[in-house]
Amino acid sequence: MPLITYRDALNQALREEMQRDPKVFLMGEEVGVYQGAYKVSRGLLQEFGDRRVIDTPITEEGFTGVGVGAAMVGLRPVIEMMTWNFSMLAMDQIINSAAKMLYMSGGQFRIPIVLRGPGGAAHQLAAQHSQSLESWFAHVPGLKVVAPSTPYDAKGLLKAAIRDDDPVIFCEGETLYGSKGEVPDGDYVVPIGVADVKREGTDVTIVAWSKMVSVAVKAADTLAAEGISCEIIDPRTLRPLDEAPIIASVQKTNRCVVVEEGWEYSGIGAQLAYLIHRDAFSDLDAPVTRVTGADVPMPYAKNLEHLATPSAARVVEAVKQVLYID
Amino acid sequence: MASRVVMPKLSDTMEEGKILRWLKQEGDKVETGQTLAEVETDKATVEMEAYTNGVIRKLVASPGDTIKIGATIAVIGSPDEDISALLESAAPPPAAQARPVPTAMPIRATAPPQVVSHDAATNRALRASPLALRMAAEAGVDLNALQGSGPQGRVIKRDIEAAIAKASASQASAAPAQPVGDVQEIVLSSMRRTIAKRLVQSKAPVPHFYLTVDVAADRLWDAYRALREENYPISLNDVIIKASASALKRHPEVNASFAGDHVKQYSRVHIGLAVALEDGLITPVIRDADSKSLADIAEEVRELVDRARNRRLQPHEYTGATFSISNLGMMGIEEFSAIINPPEAAILAVGALREVPVVEGGQVKIGRRMKMTLSVDHRVADGAQGARFLATLKRMLENPLLIG
Amino acid sequence: MDRPATLSKEAHVELLRKLLLGRRFEERCAEMYALQKIGGFCHLAIGQEAVSVGAMSTLEPDDYIFCSYRDHVHAIVKGSDPGRVMAELFGRDTGLSHGKGGSMHLFDADHGILGGHAIVGAHIPLATGVAFATKYESRPQVVLCFFGEAAVNIGAFHESLNMAALWKLPCVYIVENNRYGMGTSIERASAIYDVAQRACAYDMASETVDGMDVLAVRESVGRAVALARRESKPTLIEARCYRFMGHSMSDPVHGHYRTKEEVEEQKLKDPVRRYFQQLSSQGIIDQAGLEQLNAEVRTIVDAAVEFADASPEPPASALYEDVYSEPYGPYTRSQP
Ligand SMILES: Cc1ncc(C[n+]2csc(CCOP(=O)(O)OP(=O)(O)O)c2C)c(N)n1
Ligand SMILES: [Mg+2]
Repeated sequence: MPLITYRDALNQALREEMQRDPKVFLMGEEVGVYQGAYKVSRGLLQEFGDRRVIDTPITEEGFTGVGVGAAMVGLRPVIEMMTWNFSMLAMDQIINSAAKMLYMSGGQFRIPIVLRGPGGAAHQLAAQHSQSLESWFAHVPGLKVVAPSTPYDAKGLLKAAIRDDDPVIFCEGETLYGSKGEVPDGDYVVPIGVADVKREGTDVTIVAWSKMVSVAVKAADTLAAEGISCEIIDPRTLRPLDEAPIIASVQKTNRCVVVEEGWEYSGIGAQLAYLIHRDAFSDLDAPVTRVTGADVPMPYAKNLEHLATPSAARVVEAVKQVLYID
Repeated sequence: MASRVVMPKLSDTMEEGKILRWLKQEGDKVETGQTLAEVETDKATVEMEAYTNGVIRKLVASPGDTIKIGATIAVIGSPDEDISALLESAAPPPAAQARPVPTAMPIRATAPPQVVSHDAATNRALRASPLALRMAAEAGVDLNALQGSGPQGRVIKRDIEAAIAKASASQASAAPAQPVGDVQEIVLSSMRRTIAKRLVQSKAPVPHFYLTVDVAADRLWDAYRALREENYPISLNDVIIKASASALKRHPEVNASFAGDHVKQYSRVHIGLAVALEDGLITPVIRDADSKSLADIAEEVRELVDRARNRRLQPHEYTGATFSISNLGMMGIEEFSAIINPPEAAILAVGALREVPVVEGGQVKIGRRMKMTLSVDHRVADGAQGARFLATLKRMLENPLLIG
Repeated sequence: MDRPATLSKEAHVELLRKLLLGRRFEERCAEMYALQKIGGFCHLAIGQEAVSVGAMSTLEPDDYIFCSYRDHVHAIVKGSDPGRVMAELFGRDTGLSHGKGGSMHLFDADHGILGGHAIVGAHIPLATGVAFATKYESRPQVVLCFFGEAAVNIGAFHESLNMAALWKLPCVYIVENNRYGMGTSIERASAIYDVAQRACAYDMASETVDGMDVLAVRESVGRAVALARRESKPTLIEARCYRFMGHSMSDPVHGHYRTKEEVEEQKLKDPVRRYFQQLSSQGIIDQAGLEQLNAEVRTIVDAAVEFADASPEPPASALYEDVYSEPYGPYTRSQP
């Protein structure tokens, strides 16, 4: 299987879906001539022309609304958020229009839209450019939220998202774009709502998604050297959440650490902890423990940024804590 | 480093102990081995020793308090170190009667909120992970007897696993009442194993059978009278102990215990003597009774019984018997059967010595007779084996010169 | 309080000195970025200095400014210590925001600098709000709000201009029209080419000015500031300029969206050189004078880098500081 980047995997998915269905178009800031702020849309303007690859003014609320309207009458827009930080401007269209249209219209208007773009911290981008906001969207009924961690998952899930008839929030990882993995040429789909066991293990369950999977893997490697076996589960879809494999894993290992790049308060991990307490309470030998971003706006200084971001070392610490190892 | 003094487990069946009095006060220096307190267990009043050197920083429990095993009753440390963390997790008195005993099952079923209360000042919180609670319930482990190794003494999976491992080890070896001595293990025949299994099913936990003999005790009585006239302070019971020990030496199949998949036979003979207390029963042990003189046995029995009645026996003095004798003769009981004291395999119930008309050489004479009933664990021995032991014993008692 | 229309010789030299300081500072930033002393996004204003220098030359020290992420020169010209600006870019404790803001978020309350903001257009309502407040309290200050031409497509721009005109707020909106967003030209993003015309919709005063000419900017903004201060009325000023560098330090100079030739052609209009030539033709300064000025500002920039380099990183304890105005005890125990 070819080894390609996460960026190119997404590019393949876009290209293949645009070839497959003329109703699919890509819209956003700098997606065309500039070839994408993160070059995910490289070459698409050349292949599909400016009818289907559309540069917009900096009008997040505006062009998101344009996308939702187009979706109401049957088009399948893929809207690029340059980063999810800017989606705040489009929140009204996402939450009040896209997520509610089908319900409000009594099932008459589906919104088959994909809103995609990178999230999370990169390197010293400071407070307004470093946020992981997937829990915001996961809160909202009517939205689906996807956050792939590997090139394989990225391609398969983006194709699934484009074919899905509901609004999908597709969270990419800004620092994942250059990461490489095996991706088959041609068509395949990773279904939305299906988790994946990234590593099997016996002593502790680590739940992580997007960028945090690699942090978990790094921690698991360190722990393996100490004889501790970690099972890493990547939910891949955060809403709807594939609960069963997580519960089954915790029933096996009796403990769970959730690694989340975003803030702790009201994060996805809080929901996971609740689910585990609900369904695997008598299997727990330790409280579900969370490793999250620090509860502060992201600082700019490199050293502070490190402190504020989940690290493999902190995951190792948390695993030892739930294993009662000092 | 300061450490907690917890209510120790001072008997196999003990669940809680009552502090009778403290022999050291707060501020006193203590050394390992020194007596800290007198504790009344279900079996005895026991002197509790210190396991560490230091200064008594805090007496958590007061005289009269009844405390669960494992709960903190005092803190020993250096004079000025901070012991607040230890005190926080300490168990304040009085525990037992004040609240329902928090066992695993009720917690899962009804979860009375005070059981898991964090208010350490007024409540001993039982801390256990949900998994530990479930495992304990399934395995029948008493959570209260465990000292958790998790944060704040939380009982966690590994603590339950350790307890289960320990329990099965002690079941296998019958600890802590395990007699010390040379042990010969006899592999169970498949028939024996089947018998063991079947009999347990029919009468759990120990399948008893009973053998009774009537001992012609005329010579025994004469010998006893003669010694008494010499002011020799022995009792008939002492003689029975000595004779039983000698007989057991010859019939080790009764001096044994059942250990699940095998039988342990003991080469040393430790006789437990049931002693009635006002409110119960205790069995002080005469160790190596077979090799002790009658006089030694007599003196040891006197001393042990005395202390037993005053509840001053140490645990090692009433555990570890290989065979027991219960004598209700002095209470006028003619004949009875006793219940085996596990893990022992047999117990001898001795009835009263009675005068009966006997025909001897065509004449009616006054004879002395004494009935003895042997209860035997059928998993360990069969009727014939028990009968042979009983025959030897009877012969010895009828001819006291054979004893020894 | 209007500035005299004709400047003294010293005032001209001072304007030139500011242009040079801005230019040399930005060049040094590029170097420091390459050396990885500066992280994150770093947007330079090389080519656009005349807008900020000219505009702010009309201000009193306690007037306010807002700007986008392209904010280094604005901060220095408004009065921030170059050392503290550089320290902020280095992520050091001595920086304007103690290393927590970085390049895109320069704030300096002592000099009326109310921030670099990194969400395009999001600061336009903020500036409008500050103008509302100065009027409400009858204070004399005016607000300058700088943003790029691409920001005029943001809804918040329109909402703000409407309110400023409606309520007559003392705010001057200055569009630094460098023709491009990141890589989208104004022609491809805006239905109206003349940005200043946007003001018509709100019946607001507007001007279009050559943003490469520091004196022209100064005059135009001077009128707007006077209108704001005297009559409390807003103005929209479109300053047509050009950036000589890529959008940020992560971008190439021209990329796919503009040609090398276009950039070279624009460089002929370099506002710094142009102003020097103007002054030297009037005999106000000669080449030697320029060199002396350059040496002066280089010393300042060198000292700034030295200061930043020698400054400590913020302490770990700073992580939880300034989240709230009260000392912040994180509400959970699991924080590091
Ligand atoms: C709301 C929002 N959307 C997108 C971006 C990403 N972005 C940063 S700068 C920029 C271009 C802005 O161009 P312009 O307003 O003309 O300012 P210039 O950079 O030219 O000074 C874009 C799209 C952003 N920061 N904020
Ligand atoms: Mg621009």
